[in-house]
Amino acid sequence: MAETASPSAPIEAWITGIGLATSLGEGLDAHWEALSHRRVNADEKSFAPYVVHPLAPINFDAQIPKRGDQRQMEAWQRIGTYAAGLALDSAGVKGNTDILSRMDMIVAAGGGERDLVVDAGILNAETKGNAAPGYLNERLMSDLRPTLFLAQLSNLLAGNIAIVHGVTGSSRTFMGEEASGVDAVRIALARIAAGQSDIALVGAAHNGERKDLLLLYEFGDFNLKETYAPVWAREHNSGFALGSGGAFLVIESRAHAEARGAKPFARLTNVVADHARRKRSGDITSTLESLWSRLGNSAERTAIVTGATGAEPATSEERAFLRAHPDIPVRATGTMFGHTMEAQFPLGLAVAALSLSRGALFASADTSEQAIDMTTPPARIVVIGAGHWRGEGMALVEAIN
Amino acid sequence: MTAMRDKSGRPVVVVTGMGVVTSLGSGKTDNWARLCAGESGIRTITRFPTEGLRTTVAGTVNFIPVEPFSSTDLSERLADIATEEAVAQAGIGRVGDFPGPLFLAVAPVELEWPQRQELGRDIGPDADVDYDQMLRVSGGGRYKQYHRRFLFGSVADHLAETFGTKGSPISLSTACASGTTAIQLGVEAIRRGEADAALCVATDGSVNPEALIRFSLLSALSTQNNPPHAAARPFSKNRDGFVMAEGAGALVLESYEAAAARGANILGIVAGCGELADSFHRTRSSPDGKPIIGCVRNALADAGVTTEQIDYINAHGTGTPENDKMEYLGISSVFGERARQIPVSSNKSMVGHTLSAAGAVEAVFSLLTLEHQRIPPTINYDVPDPAIPFDVVPNTARDARVTTVMSNSFGFGGQNASLILTREPV
Repeated sequence: MAETASPSAPIEAWITGIGLATSLGEGLDAHWEALSHRRVNADEKSFAPYVVHPLAPINFDAQIPKRGDQRQMEAWQRIGTYAAGLALDSAGVKGNTDILSRMDMIVAAGGGERDLVVDAGILNAETKGNAAPGYLNERLMSDLRPTLFLAQLSNLLAGNIAIVHGVTGSSRTFMGEEASGVDAVRIALARIAAGQSDIALVGAAHNGERKDLLLLYEFGDFNLKETYAPVWAREHNSGFALGSGGAFLVIESRAHAEARGAKPFARLTNVVADHARRKRSGDITSTLESLWSRLGNSAERTAIVTGATGAEPATSEERAFLRAHPDIPVRATGTMFGHTMEAQFPLGLAVAALSLSRGALFASADTSEQAIDMTTPPARIVVIGAGHWRGEGMALVEAIN
Repeated sequence: MTAMRDKSGRPVVVVTGMGVVTSLGSGKTDNWARLCAGESGIRTITRFPTEGLRTTVAGTVNFIPVEPFSSTDLSERLADIATEEAVAQAGIGRVGDFPGPLFLAVAPVELEWPQRQELGRDIGPDADVDYDQMLRVSGGGRYKQYHRRFLFGSVADHLAETFGTKGSPISLSTACASGTTAIQLGVEAIRRGEADAALCVATDGSVNPEALIRFSLLSALSTQNNPPHAAARPFSKNRDGFVMAEGAGALVLESYEAAAARGANILGIVAGCGELADSFHRTRSSPDGKPIIGCVRNALADAGVTTEQIDYINAHGTGTPENDKMEYLGISSVFGERARQIPVSSNKSMVGHTLSAAGAVEAVFSLLTLEHQRIPPTINYDVPDPAIPFDVVPNTARDARVTTVMSNSFGFGGQNASLILTREPV
């Protein structure tokens, strides 16, 4: 669209599409049912001693019809491309070339899987003294699949969404773990609110069933080991259980949505973020408190959906923030979905918007002190994302009557 | 007084500080002198053994020691150096207290071979090495620093702390258009009135064996290894691929109003940005050139200028058979007959392709072109490609009147982004 001067008041933005494919299933009805029944899909065995939340069975053909496209992707890209397709379907814009060709896209992404067998083979030969100079080159030249590189590049989730679904207005990929998911939504909203964009596809995908990722987090002792427990019940065994899942949203200006007769799930009112240095105990708590006041909240008919990871000290510091707002019901996506890293904040927004559209806050899957039942329809849900190492974000999502 | 707002009523965005590091050297002065002298920074790789590789040359930055080497550590060092130069030139804020957000273009990060090999040695020769064994030895704090180092957000975190940028720093990748996207995000933030200043940095230190081999397996790299300085041949008939290179570019952007209010020296204007994604293929452009054409038109429209006003194009010009052909198709479709007259040169003929950094490195060079009224050449241009009748400023720099530059970046994954840079507000 032709961008002009920023309007004096922010343009209202609606969430008009939600795409979810996670360890609890795919699609909105399946998720609503799973959430209502406090379902959790945690696997303590396949990656033992590490606990993961594996992707539910998904028929990728339904959103990625060409097998050739599927073969060009690693799992994280398939999950994301699939969830993005669900979001476009949900918004009623799937296949609408006119809209897709000017739809902006911001994807929060990590990177792709390594070929574990190739890595192990090389390291084995080297540690056993069987590697001549130039051995690494020789093996990589002969063993790496050319297409693996494309499945590893961070921006190729967006690239695949463009190819499979035709979203081509723009394509931007943010990186940086949890914070990238917050910033993707923050920038998409800021652009719509300022009239720089009419409609955007935003989201992320994560494959938690990966030993190379477990390795990165094991360096910092962040992985949950042995036994699954809700995120608030990990005092003696802290850490996150990686989760597989993709969460995408279609966000658009109210005027754009109304002009095409689209129904909103919820209003995306505000997204704020910060980057505490986390040098002193309490830094995260005070950063969350200041984000909370920047959101401009009222406590009435408000609920919180947090992406708290279970890793320390971030989870304890977030709990201190929550205790300062004791009457607000809290739901932790980490308990149900595990930690989907870049996707955790978009996932929180997705379940918040879904809840608001269904006029109910789903039941808590844990028994923490703020697992309060909500008997009235929530008017607003605050989504929180505090990264396991860096990054704090918050969004305000409101019901549209 | 010059207008503080552009034709669309948005704040004019100016550049008040720039920094650059490439294989040609550190800093604007060295880089500009060598660029205009037509020197090449491409060398035979000495950082690691190149036995068995089809490509053995690169534009590595060897003069900045990083021990033990990792691409992420080098990326961070390069970003530091470029940013220091940019912030010092801008004279903005206080040391360690930059008054705006950070947008960082950075290559995707992952654990690298030296660290994997360290784990292998830790496991020892008596056990079979696999990821289970690697996981077994990796916890307990012994390798704690590798968690921080190989997070995607780690370089941005370091820059945010060192330079004191505000808010949540954004790390981004749009492949070879990343540097341009970082600038675009800064421009948009200032236009929204969210910030008076933004720090836009792009860095890449990716020349390691696996990265080189990955590009090589896609047949993207030049294999004309001898002599190294002639490996990158953008727009030539005998071009056969790009040359991987390292570098960083940094720009301090400000609203014109804020820059003028503090009496800052204005180095140039970012008048417009354009982008458009390509859905044709993962590594190839749509054969009809429509996404590139649309991207270029979007940039012109965003800046509110016509093709007549563009008097130099800083090309993406990678030297791959595909890119250069498509870039000509795109430019000639938009510029018509003028495509043959307007100077179009490729910095990559000399510095190589700095990948994630290229958009910002070339934006700095474009602004230096405006400042010095001199166009750096496309070197190694001995065999013109009749299918690409650009005036590539062959082999020798040229003095010219330049008021408005277009800088293009196109990347894998259908990424297209273009900038319009001017000396004065348009």
